[in-house]
Amino acid sequence: MLKQQDTNGVAGSALNERLNHLQALEAESLYILREAVAEFARPVMLYSIGKDSSVMLRLAQKAFYPGKIPFPLLHVDTSYKFPEMITFRDNYAKEIGATLIVHRNEEAIAGGASPWKLGTQNCCGALKTRSLLDGLEEGGYDAAFGGARRDEEKSRAKERVYSFRDSAGQWDPKNQRPELWSLYNSRLRKGESIRVFPLSNWTELDIWLYLYAEQIPIVPLYFAEERDVVVRGNTLTLVDHTTRLLPHEVVVKRKVRMRSLGCAPCTGAIESEADTLPKIIEELITFRRSERENRAIDHDEEGSMEAKKREGYF
Amino acid sequence: MDTQILGLNEESRDRAFRAFLDAHLDQEMLRFTTAGSVDDGKSTLIGRLLHDTKSVYEDQLASIRASRVNRAGAGMVDLSLLTDGLKSEREQGITIDVAYRYFSTSKRKFIIADTPGHEQYTRNMATGASTADVAIVLIDARAFVKLGTLLPQSRRHTYIASLLRIPHVVAAVNKMDIVDYDAAVFDRICGEFTALATKLGLKSVEVIPISALIGDNVVEPSKAMPWYSGPTLLEYLETVPLRGDEVGGPLRFPIQLVVRPDANFRGFAGRVERGEVRPGMRVKALPSGRVTRVKTIVTYDGELKAATAPRAVTLELEDEIDLSRGEMLVAEAEAAPHISNGFRAMAVWMHESPLSVGQTYLAKHTTRTVRATVKAIQYRMDVISAERVTADELHMNDIAEVEFETSLPLFFDAYADSREMGAFILIDAVSNATVGAGMIVAAVDEAPDAAAATHGAEFHLVSGGAAAAKALQVKLEIRGERVVIVDDALIPEATLPAVARALHLAGVTAISARENLSAETLAELRRVAGASFVEGEGR
Repeated sequence: MLKQQDTNGVAGSALNERLNHLQALEAESLYILREAVAEFARPVMLYSIGKDSSVMLRLAQKAFYPGKIPFPLLHVDTSYKFPEMITFRDNYAKEIGATLIVHRNEEAIAGGASPWKLGTQNCCGALKTRSLLDGLEEGGYDAAFGGARRDEEKSRAKERVYSFRDSAGQWDPKNQRPELWSLYNSRLRKGESIRVFPLSNWTELDIWLYLYAEQIPIVPLYFAEERDVVVRGNTLTLVDHTTRLLPHEVVVKRKVRMRSLGCAPCTGAIESEADTLPKIIEELITFRRSERENRAIDHDEEGSMEAKKREGYF
Repeated sequence: MDTQILGLNEESRDRAFRAFLDAHLDQEMLRFTTAGSVDDGKSTLIGRLLHDTKSVYEDQLASIRASRVNRAGAGMVDLSLLTDGLKSEREQGITIDVAYRYFSTSKRKFIIADTPGHEQYTRNMATGASTADVAIVLIDARAFVKLGTLLPQSRRHTYIASLLRIPHVVAAVNKMDIVDYDAAVFDRICGEFTALATKLGLKSVEVIPISALIGDNVVEPSKAMPWYSGPTLLEYLETVPLRGDEVGGPLRFPIQLVVRPDANFRGFAGRVERGEVRPGMRVKALPSGRVTRVKTIVTYDGELKAATAPRAVTLELEDEIDLSRGEMLVAEAEAAPHISNGFRAMAVWMHESPLSVGQTYLAKHTTRTVRATVKAIQYRMDVISAERVTADELHMNDIAEVEFETSLPLFFDAYADSREMGAFILIDAVSNATVGAGMIVAAVDEAPDAAAATHGAEFHLVSGGAAAAKALQVKLEIRGERVVIVDDALIPEATLPAVARALHLAGVTAISARENLSAETLAELRRVAGASFVEGEGR
């Protein structure tokens, strides 16, 4: 059955109307998803459970509607994810009828790999990067959708929509293919693969506006709530049963939310009152505004403290 | 509450935020590309646009203020450092490449394709220009005064902007502060640039005097140039009309894939590349020429009453016609695209190994990939003088008019009429590298209509075994038809319809003398071949 026109969605219904920017971004993403599914033999979607993944998943539902999403979701589980993330992942995949594959580097996990033991960089290397490459190889996937955006950081600004990887899964910036119009080159030799980034042209604000406009479910950790935290330097770390407290540390209650979702020991929360999507968007843009005001007017101490705290996340 | 839209109470704050959301949910998107080299002040201009539209975070500003590198002069912030990732990469020996940047104002969301100007200039700028609505060509006023004319690179940039058919071109005459904001200098540049633009056939041209370093006429109007009354660069970008050519033309709907979740639904997913599609519209499938009607325009968000370019939708058709990826739906009542195996195109070469006559590549055009052979190089374009010169082969960054012949017909419009319908890329079939890009100028030896592409190709199912098949083949070949027998052990019954279909689309008649075909295969063969299905010898 077709759904009735949803006035909250970005699709709109007007005749002959120029697309607004979210509609244009959506159309581009749907086109990219379909091109990849049409031309690759075994695509998979890297699903991180975060807000960008949530958008990408909705776009995949739209691209192949009324069919189901024609590829599995691959989640690389480090075993350190927030429990709320795992619950959300399992429930949501079931709800939308997607095939979910969870890949863990069991050997490293059994060997006690942890950020305390290995340091964050080596821990990520073992539990994320290695695990991802193994997961892709095991599945024999020739294309993997990722939710990365070009506005995330400087080095991402030149990433292609189709990012070519050699047979070892490596990215060679000198060997990227020119990408003109929307004509993507999907030709591969055995063992080579392509990371496909349907959200390349989306900004962080676009993601939040789309989540709002489309009413897409996200992990509750994004919304502000009174939570147990421990203060570590400039970082507020959520406390749960896996948290290892140092002797001098004390657990305090703060109204906090997560800006991005990673592994529990290594992802900090921010103090926030934003407990709805509009409030999160407002927080995002007001922050930019207060920065503008920074140059024009004097700030009270609390405001500048707030700005500094958040700067740590940019 | 620590976040406030300044000084408002809860209720009016809420209203202000709703208004903000409504505005942002209804913003247009504009893509532009910047052409110019480091010396023209391009990085400073982009830094200035980002800075003055408040798109830079405080910590980024702090880090460039603290930088030991400062080319802006004492007491000023070197905004070019905001886009400086490129330079450090060059030091590391990494390919200098197109970088994409984003900012928005209350009017529009902008995507900048920032194309660095060095050896790979043509390739990079063509990439950035391919999706741009506006090209900003930077002209260095100081260099103009020194040379007495436009720099060769400005001519090259303007030519590439015209070649890629960027709808609007704006010349930003930079470093006006260094030439004392002299109106006479600006007028001379304006005159020369306008003459060049006219020669190149540019339709929408604007010239704006700026200083990216000081900020004159970039976002804020300049007090130092009271003689200039036009828009600032940002005002121009916020108000220039967006492309309408795709929306206005005849319908073009290349099929991306067939959506078939169950036996009750068969839809064709694709993007409207040109024009508009509506339920009830009579549409023709290319290359088969079959006509049917659009039943519904299906989307996740409900059925649409119409879909215009560049919407991505799924079309359900009234009749079960055979149609798959690489084929196209057009409106029966509207102008048809060109259907041809031969065309001339402006090609931009992007690879170390040269293009030469006789070589064959893969050409990807819309959703269709075919083999394309170089028949002739008509001329190479000297991008600085815009003069035509003869050439035997094309090297990296060369631009030339090339004649191609393809293995199967393409359905296209001239690039001048539609970028999406006239553009293609060339791929090396062995290395898989993208080696070139092309923009179709015109068809060569055009087939008179869609049916001609498959004219005469039939599917014959004969009785009497291999001998009968062979006899019919000889008979048809005498008439000049291309004929193959498909009773090969390598073609199992299940793939017979697919083989028949491929041959049909290639204009080749197929003969089979198979017996005991299943009812399913027979039905599929009849569906695939349609009216060209012949039992026995026919005719």
